Amino acid sequence: MFKVVKRRQLNDNMFWLVIEAPLVARKAKPGQFVILITDEYGERIPLTMAGHDSEAGTIDLIFAAVGRTTMLMSQLQEGEYLMDVVGPLGKPTEMDGLKKVCVVGGGTGNALAYPLACGMHDHGVEVDMICGYKSKDLVILEDEFRAGVDNLYMMTDDGTYGEKGFTTDKLKELIESGKEYDEIVAVGPPMMMKFTCKMAQDYGIHSIASLTAKFVCVDGPEFDGSLVDWDDLIKRSNYYKDQEAEDRAHVCRLTGGVRYND
Amino acid sequence: MINIKLNQNPMPEQEPDVRNHNFLEVAEGYTEEMAINEAMRCLKCRKKPCVGGCPVNIKIPDFIAQIAIGEFEEAYQIISEDSSLPAICGRVCPQENQCQGVCTRCAKGEPVAIGRLERFAADWHAAHYGDEEIPPVESNGHKVAIIGAGPAGLACAGDLVNKGYEVTVFEALHKTGGVLVYGIPQFRLPKEIVAAEVAKLEAKGVKFVTDAVVGRAITVDELMKEEGFESVFIGTGAGLPSFMNIPGENLIGVCSANEYLTRINLMKAYLPEYDTPIMHGDRIAVVGGGNVAMDAARCAKRMGAKEVYVIYRRSMEELPARAEEVHHAIEEGCIFKLLHNPVQILGDEDGNVRAIECVQMELGEPDASGRRRPIPIEGSNFEVPVDMVIMSIGTKLNTLILDTTDQLEANKRGGIGTDDGAATNRDGIFAGGDAVTGAATVIKAMGAGKVAAASMDDYLSK
Repeated sequence: MFKVVKRRQLNDNMFWLVIEAPLVARKAKPGQFVILITDEYGERIPLTMAGHDSEAGTIDLIFAAVGRTTMLMSQLQEGEYLMDVVGPLGKPTEMDGLKKVCVVGGGTGNALAYPLACGMHDHGVEVDMICGYKSKDLVILEDEFRAGVDNLYMMTDDGTYGEKGFTTDKLKELIESGKEYDEIVAVGPPMMMKFTCKMAQDYGIHSIASLTAKFVCVDGPEFDGSLVDWDDLIKRSNYYKDQEAEDRAHVCRLTGGVRYND
Repeated sequence: MINIKLNQNPMPEQEPDVRNHNFLEVAEGYTEEMAINEAMRCLKCRKKPCVGGCPVNIKIPDFIAQIAIGEFEEAYQIISEDSSLPAICGRVCPQENQCQGVCTRCAKGEPVAIGRLERFAADWHAAHYGDEEIPPVESNGHKVAIIGAGPAGLACAGDLVNKGYEVTVFEALHKTGGVLVYGIPQFRLPKEIVAAEVAKLEAKGVKFVTDAVVGRAITVDELMKEEGFESVFIGTGAGLPSFMNIPGENLIGVCSANEYLTRINLMKAYLPEYDTPIMHGDRIAVVGGGNVAMDAARCAKRMGAKEVYVIYRRSMEELPARAEEVHHAIEEGCIFKLLHNPVQILGDEDGNVRAIECVQMELGEPDASGRRRPIPIEGSNFEVPVDMVIMSIGTKLNTLILDTTDQLEANKRGGIGTDDGAATNRDGIFAGGDAVTGAATVIKAMGAGKVAAASMDDYLSK
């Protein structure tokens, strides 16, 4: 059993849990993920760690309550437990030899970009961070990013906060303005990652995409952005969506979000 | 008195058309009368070929003789001298290639149903003595670690705890049992049986640490240098699925048998109260002919598929699955497409599987494995319309432990290198089971765990 020691709500449906998991925390590195199970009836879901504290023996999980499992997790209070947390899994983010990097985060992907960007910065890499959100009420982690990277650019699709436009607009502007990146890292919805990686390729810059979908356990979760078949990935990531939407309705309808345990 | 009947006592089973809609155990087990009657078929021959045919050399004629006179508990005790998991092996061993395959009665008629009798003795013991309190074993002060709570690890843990070692078993998954819980389905091996075996070990004093990925969370070297384990056994199995590398394997509706079975068995996707998502198909192709393929095909039937095809590139004679599983799969309505080999999987415009294209095969000369090599018949390609494909063509070793353990050497197959006593090149580190041999059987893994336990005892007694 893995205790929730701290819980924070970041916006309407984003949450930050600090979990006691000493075996995971002692060796965790930025970019690695855990697999967790909420309770006996839960599924196994992978979630990239948003941070960890080896001394305190805790890990940070930031997530959007969109699926059945994340909805159940969002209801956990301090002092309650997750049944299982296993990790650290996956390969840590490659940082050696990098001097200047641009990290591009989209929506809830910013939660995953956060440990990555700050981890790189701590490692001595100069980090520009572009955070993209649909609108102002979805903005998360602005203060944390500001404290953890060199330059932060806030973008909203509708212009209600920061600059109006897509993350790729800002990325193009920065590259055109003469910024020379060794690498561009994309974390967000598949469509956004596809266009970010394509832009990187157009400018001849190496790109990395963080895939939290399937088959990440052995090789992932980070992949060379130029080698990903994006259309295939987008199709595949839609597969369990129908089933999940049905499940979601099911949880809400039957239990008001809280699983019924007898 | 010998029972001279040529045929075995048939196993009571659920009717095929009933059981292919549920996950209850297919084989219901012999009654006492059936067991005694079957035990009396043993000729008590002098050569006892069955003992040599058993990977752990259970004293088969001795336990059968006890069943024949109604001393069922005594039979169980005799089996337990050599086997740690009789209720499990009685159910999942490929007896036709082992003890029963060499039974003297095969000369004329069917062999004695040794596996069924083993299972009977184990189940009888569980029913009558299962609740008996097991006292903890007194410690001899030595700490040992076992990595992987599958058949090899459990057998090794059992022998070591009996000798007084303080045993800690590290398991990467959230449940103990390894392939016994994530691979073999409930209808073939009820999970309660595995849980009971683990509970017995716990009662004796074995500690289980689940959710612990050795190699990531902690390394073998750290276990030995920092955590005070004097010796380590590695029994991490072979759990990384292989694919055919044919076009279309990325289509929606293609998965590995490993993933499919794990979702169903370990994560209980067949029970409505569990959240585990699972792919459903109406017409499913299972590619492969091993036990895992049979398990996947029979699960697919139970999950509601209308048609399930087992596609295998050789003929029935070469099919590697346990005979009983093949027989059961056919009874349950799985359609065998033998001498067929997939060349590609075809998708619709949305990227969903719509068919699998196969080529017909014929058998040529025997290859290195001694089996006749399948050769494609040119121009014989045709499509089988399916909406889901389950790849079950074997598993590879995960190299995590090899990669993260200082100077641990691999063998030619890519597994962990060991000598006959399960010792690796590193002092105090032992290994066995699929992690060494590549995918094999439960009983072989169990046997390797026992060999390792004996070697570890020698090593630590020096």
